Amino acid sequence: MADAKVIPFDDDRSRGGAAQRQSRRRGVGSRRKGEPAAVREIPEVKALPESPDQQDDVLVTQEDKEPQAGWDKRIAGGLAFLRRRLTGDYEVDDFGYDKELTDQVLMSLLRPVYEKYFRVEVKGVENIPSDGGALIVANHSGTLPLDGLMMQVAVHDNHPKNRHLRLLAADLVFMLPVVNELARKAGHTLACAEDAERLLRRGELVGVMPEGFKGIGKPFAERYKLQRFGRGGFVSTALRQGTPIIPCSIVGAEEIYPMIGNAKTLARLLGFPYFPITPTFPWLGPLGAVPLPTKWTIQFGEPIPTDGYPPEAAEDPMLMFNLTDQVREQIQHTLYKLLVQRRSVFF
Amino acid sequence: MGKIVLVTGVARRLGGRFVRRIQRDPEVDRVVAVDAIPPEHHLGGADFVRADIRQPAIAKVLAEHSVDTVVHMDVTGTALGSGSRASVKETNVIGTMQLLGACQKSPTVKRLVVKSSTNVYGSAPRDPAVFTETTPPKSLPSGGFAKDAVEVEGYVRGFARRRPDVAVCVLRFANILGPSADSPLAEYLSLPVLPTVFGYDPRLQFVHEDDVIDVLRLASHEPRRGTLNSGTFNIAGDGVLLLSQCSRRLGRPTVPVLLPAVTWVGSALRTLGMTDFSPEQIRLLTHGRVVATGQMRETLGFQPKYTTAETFADFVRSRGAGLLPPEVVAAAVDRIAALPLPGGGHLSTKSAN
Repeated sequence: MADAKVIPFDDDRSRGGAAQRQSRRRGVGSRRKGEPAAVREIPEVKALPESPDQQDDVLVTQEDKEPQAGWDKRIAGGLAFLRRRLTGDYEVDDFGYDKELTDQVLMSLLRPVYEKYFRVEVKGVENIPSDGGALIVANHSGTLPLDGLMMQVAVHDNHPKNRHLRLLAADLVFMLPVVNELARKAGHTLACAEDAERLLRRGELVGVMPEGFKGIGKPFAERYKLQRFGRGGFVSTALRQGTPIIPCSIVGAEEIYPMIGNAKTLARLLGFPYFPITPTFPWLGPLGAVPLPTKWTIQFGEPIPTDGYPPEAAEDPMLMFNLTDQVREQIQHTLYKLLVQRRSVFF
Repeated sequence: MGKIVLVTGVARRLGGRFVRRIQRDPEVDRVVAVDAIPPEHHLGGADFVRADIRQPAIAKVLAEHSVDTVVHMDVTGTALGSGSRASVKETNVIGTMQLLGACQKSPTVKRLVVKSSTNVYGSAPRDPAVFTETTPPKSLPSGGFAKDAVEVEGYVRGFARRRPDVAVCVLRFANILGPSADSPLAEYLSLPVLPTVFGYDPRLQFVHEDDVIDVLRLASHEPRRGTLNSGTFNIAGDGVLLLSQCSRRLGRPTVPVLLPAVTWVGSALRTLGMTDFSPEQIRLLTHGRVVATGQMRETLGFQPKYTTAETFADFVRSRGAGLLPPEVVAAAVDRIAALPLPGGGHLSTKSAN
């Protein structure tokens, strides 16, 4: 039903001429006349991402008053950071999470992509508790796990307490050189019950994408159709720790690399679960690996409490299937709602 | 009547230190120190018995001295002096079998403490980030010291089943470091330039020699009130250090080597006799290993004096500075800070101090 309302990607391309690209910069106003139905959503939507911008403005004006002192402070801070890094005088946790590096470097690298490239809108951030453990369950798409990284920035930048999301990643991430190092330092860990429980017990915010490779590597034709949620292990983990499950729907990530084919032989040769073929990759080489600049929306849904169940509930397969389905339905439903509200893939 | 403690592997420095220390405990009557080679260091007032634990003669030693506590420290990764890997393996595995056989026959033995290693967990990308005592390893160590340790623990479990009246304590130590550490990792960290695996920054955990001695003593005596000192326990200092952090704190530059080439470099270094770069060590330096120490604190009731970082700091002090001492690097950064803007430099030195 709602599937029919998904705006086909090709239509956008034909419409998305130079004229529209110009109007994108000018903002919402020009398009308001054309599509009044969508306008009502905009003020609510815009309310959240604007607050950090305002803070930035305040900072800028302060710096204008004393530009010299501001820059001095910044340089001094940078050099102190460099000094700590070079002498190894920083801390990592048991999982290898390097908070300082994540805050100062990794987040700053992701933020332009988050703010300028994908222009992520975040809704429902108030559903994330300000302390204690919680399990955020999201849909997974986009050939490369950029959605996880964007979700991490979304939680950190929008949450009033700037909470850090600890993502659970596939074992492939920890086999690849460089990637595994960065993933560990950014606070990610292997998607297994032991690690998830340890993190939740410590009161961390844990992010999981139970679709796994089935979700991220699905063909473009199946976009926004949730795949099977693994074996529902995330539910039993949350039940055992009594932490709420927060469903999260990410719209926009599906279209960054429209996967029209899968070179299975090559994938098997390289040891990857799939090898994507998109309209641009691998034909254009590294240039083809640049994601399409789609407009993203990340919505955090109402938390599903898990603390009301008896301790043996985690062993009850029926309850687990029910809860898994409940989470899955809620994400799928929100996805359809967001897709209906979406005006276009790129704006 | 006081206790009679038999300690194996006393020719090593750690064994020697333990023998000297445990003699001072009031509960201990006599210490029988056993090794195949006479130690270079003194053993205090302990009776040294030159016996090879691979030979059945060890049973006679146990009976002769009516030993009641056995501390088995002769489970090690490297040979002492010029032994080959085969003889190390034999001492580890056959030696343990003989010793356990002797213990099983001895009516006096009441307590057995075995020094094992967290190597038994292996080290693989598919493992959970933190190992607990019950975590089954995803990929069992295929050879080397880790496999020895797995086999030794297997025999010890069998012994514990057959002699339920004997309290058995297996201590899985993380990498032991300290001023006199002679482990393969300590040798590696003493290289002027550290070869690392490109694209991997392993998490490492250390335990200080002093803590090793203390926890072995704790396990050798009667359990304290509210604690239990039989079972298997991970022993490690708090916290984690990344290899990159270690190299920076040591002031030794790293040379990243691609994983396939690492094996080659490792065997080259081994041939030159510079370090024992075994495959399991390469895996440790690729994927790292962290163990949970909750059992150690809650059940065994042991609080290590040194954290991982403090252990490493102590090790750095004992080894001296490398090519790029952290102080020099810090001073260089401060000098840069002082260069362009006098105000900026001033601020940075203040914040750095």
